[in-house]
Amino acid sequence: MEELRFKPKSKITEFLGSKLIAVSAFTALIGILLIFIFIFKEAVPIFTNPEIREEASVDKMVFKQKFYEGREAKWSWQPNSKIPKFSLLPLFIGTIKAAIIAMLFAVPLAVGAAIYTSEFASKRMRELIKPVIETLAAIPSVVLGFFALMVLATFLQKTLGLTFRLNALNAGIALGLAVIPIIFTVAEDAMTSVPRSLREAAIALGANPWQVSLTMVFPAALPGIAAGVVLGFGRAIGETMIVLMASGNAAILSASLTDSVRTFSATIAAELAEVVFGSAHYSVLFFIGTMLFIFTFLINLGGDFILIKLKDRLQGRMK
Amino acid sequence: MKKSFILIAAVVLLTVAGSILAAATITIKGSDTLVRLGQRWAEEYMKINKGVVIQVSGGGSGTGIAALLNGSTDICEASRDMKEKEYSKAEELGIHPFRVSVALDGIAVFLNESNLIGELSLAQLKGIYTGAITNWKEVGGKDAQIILYGRENNSGTYVFFKEHVLNDEDYSDYTQTLPGTAAVVNAVSKDINGIGYGGIAWAKGVKYASVKVNDTSAAILPSVETVSSGTYPISRDLYWFFNGKPTGELKKLINWALSPEGQKIAEEMDYVPLPKEQAQKMMVD
Repeated sequence: MEELRFKPKSKITEFLGSKLIAVSAFTALIGILLIFIFIFKEAVPIFTNPEIREEASVDKMVFKQKFYEGREAKWSWQPNSKIPKFSLLPLFIGTIKAAIIAMLFAVPLAVGAAIYTSEFASKRMRELIKPVIETLAAIPSVVLGFFALMVLATFLQKTLGLTFRLNALNAGIALGLAVIPIIFTVAEDAMTSVPRSLREAAIALGANPWQVSLTMVFPAALPGIAAGVVLGFGRAIGETMIVLMASGNAAILSASLTDSVRTFSATIAAELAEVVFGSAHYSVLFFIGTMLFIFTFLINLGGDFILIKLKDRLQGRMK
Repeated sequence: MKKSFILIAAVVLLTVAGSILAAATITIKGSDTLVRLGQRWAEEYMKINKGVVIQVSGGGSGTGIAALLNGSTDICEASRDMKEKEYSKAEELGIHPFRVSVALDGIAVFLNESNLIGELSLAQLKGIYTGAITNWKEVGGKDAQIILYGRENNSGTYVFFKEHVLNDEDYSDYTQTLPGTAAVVNAVSKDINGIGYGGIAWAKGVKYASVKVNDTSAAILPSVETVSSGTYPISRDLYWFFNGKPTGELKKLINWALSPEGQKIAEEMDYVPLPKEQAQKMMVD
C-alpha cells in the first residue's frame, strides 16, 4: 500500500515548525535537568563539607542518635535546637502514613467510579460524572487544605473522639480528594479503551454485564488502573499545601494513624523560607528535596512504563 | 513556597517599577510579626515625603536577616536579635549590623475559652512545652491530655519562646507547628485542650493565660500597659537592622518611626509602643 504523506506548501515553514517544536521539547527537558542539578548541588555539602557533616551526615539522618548525656538515643527532628537533630525517619514515616491513608481512601472510590462510568452509566450520566470528577482536579490544593483544616478536622475529631485535631488521617483524606481525579481519569481511560470486540465476544458467550466488567474488562485494564494508582501515589508523596495545613506538622515517630505527622514536602515548605543560608539545615532541606525529586520521578516513570505496557497489550503488540 | 514565590514576583515587579519612577527607594524586608507595622509606617511616611518609595515585604525574621547579609535590603525587620553565627557571618561579608528597637511585643499564651485554667507560671509553661507535663490536671485543670501548638521552627516567635520560656531546651516532639500566629489562635479556639503562643496583637476567640514569674509572684495578664512597663514576663523588642549607622533618608525614616507620631501609629496597629525615654534614646543622631 502506498503510504500517505503530508505535502507541505512551503518547505521552509515545515522546517521551521519542526525545529521550533524540537527546541521547545528540549527546553523543557533541559529545564528539568537544571532544576535537578541546582537542588542536588545545594545538597552536596552534606557529603563534602566537614563542618556540615559534623552536624548532619547521612548516618545521623538515618540512625538513632544519642544527643544528651544520660538520655535515651532517639530519632528526632529538631533542626533549630542547641544540638541540631536531623533524623529523617519521623518525616519519612509521616510522609508514608499520609500517602497510604490517601491511597486507602482514594483507590476504592476512584476505581469504583471508573468502573461505574465506563461500564454501567448511561451516556448522559457519563457525560455528567466525568467532568465533575475532573473538576475536582482543578480545585487548588490550598482550598482542599483549608477545608481539611477548618471542617474535616473538627468533624473527624467529634465523630471518632480523637485526641489530636490535626493528624495523619485528616491530612490523608484531604490528600485522597486531590488524588481521586488522577486515578479516576487514568483508570476510566484504560477501561473504555478495552476493545469493543472483546466485550461483544463475552456477551455472545452469555456473560451478563457484571461478569463482563469484573472478569473481562477489569483484568484487561488492570495495568492502566495500576498506572493510575501509581501516579496518584506519586502525587500523594509530593503534595505539599494540603499536608502543611492539615497534618499538624509534629514530627512524631509512631504507628498510630491519628497522631500528627510531618511530611518531607511540608518540612521544606515550612522551613526553607527562613533557614540560615548555607547552614547544615539548609543543605539537609535540599537533600530532602533531592530525595523527593528522585522518589516522584521513579514513581512517575514506573506509572508511565505500566501504561505503555497496557497500550501494547491492548493493541495486540505484546509478545 | 507558593506564597514566597508570589512575594518574590511582587518584589521584583515593584523593584522594577520603583527604580523607574523614583530616585530614593528603600526596601524593608523580614519579620511577619512586624510586616503590617512596616507597611503602615511606609504608607504614612511616603505621604509626607513625596519622592521616597518604600517597599515592604515579609517572609520572616530569618529571611530579612539573610537579605541584609547579601545586601538585597536596606532595612531588615526582625522579631528577634541576630544570632552570634549571623553576626559573625555578617562581619565576614563586610556588613555591620546596626540594631534599633522600633516597638515592643508581648508573647501571649493562648488557652481555649472553656479551659478552667487561668494562670500558669513560667516553670509550668516550660514543663508543658518540653513535654514533662502532659496532662492538664498536673497544673490544676481537668483530666485531659494537653495538646501543644506552636510556630514553625524558624519563626522569631518560636526562637524567642524557646530561649525565654524553655531556657533553650527542646520543644516536645508532640508540638504541632502551624504557619503563623493566626493559625495557632484558630487551632486553640477549636481545641478544648489546646495551648498556643503568639504576639498579643492577634488573638480572637481564645483567652490569654496570666503568667507568673514564679509560684509566689503575681499573675500578670499581657496587655499594652504590662508589656511596656516590663511587668509581663514574656515580652520582647522588635527590631530594625541596618547595614551600619543609617544616614540620609534611612536616618530620617527611623527617627520618624521612633518619634511620637510613628509610635502612635504602632499603638493604633495594636503593637506596644516603646516607652518615651527608650524611643528618645534609640534615635539616630
